Amino acid sequence: MVTPENIKVWIEENLANSTVEIDGDGHHFNAVIVCPDFAGKNRIQQHQMVYGALGDRMKAEIHALSMKTLTPEQRDQSEA
Amino acid sequence: MNITEQIKELVETNDVVLFMKGSPDFPQCGFSGRATQILRSCGARFASVDVLQNQDIREGIKQYSSWPTIPQLYVKGEFVGGSDILMEMYENGELQETLQSSEKVDN
Repeated sequence: MVTPENIKVWIEENLANSTVEIDGDGHHFNAVIVCPDFAGKNRIQQHQMVYGALGDRMKAEIHALSMKTLTPEQRDQSEA
Repeated sequence: MNITEQIKELVETNDVVLFMKGSPDFPQCGFSGRATQILRSCGARFASVDVLQNQDIREGIKQYSSWPTIPQLYVKGEFVGGSDILMEMYENGELQETLQSSEKVDN
């Protein structure tokens, strides 16, 4: 069974400088992905970057992944 | 017509079209159900395509927008997003604007 930690590692390994906060039950996962390379990209492109990092795992192991993508600046604003 | 051409025709002949699992009244997946609810909350009229009824479209639509998941919303032929993006756009009002602008072009 896929754990949230698995997905965190897969994304962080393949998407440079990203940090992932994630929880889930093995079937459904909720992730917040922060990455400086999201800057200047629209939301579709940002999500595509995360899907690209997961590659074929999206077709096989991962049934349902909800995600929110943020640049470090956006994250800092939402925490402020 | 190959599958890409079929999909192109679907998204271009329907102003608002949702590719989903199941139907709006009987969604077969939580994410598709959520997308339906969001569109209905916007008062949007939309066509839907049940990808579970057509394996070629189910795979083809993932290639079409380089997007590996269902549901997928298209407005005026443009890919708008999956259920997470729809929710974000709904919460900040962007989705309502996108849907309204698609209606205005018609009138």
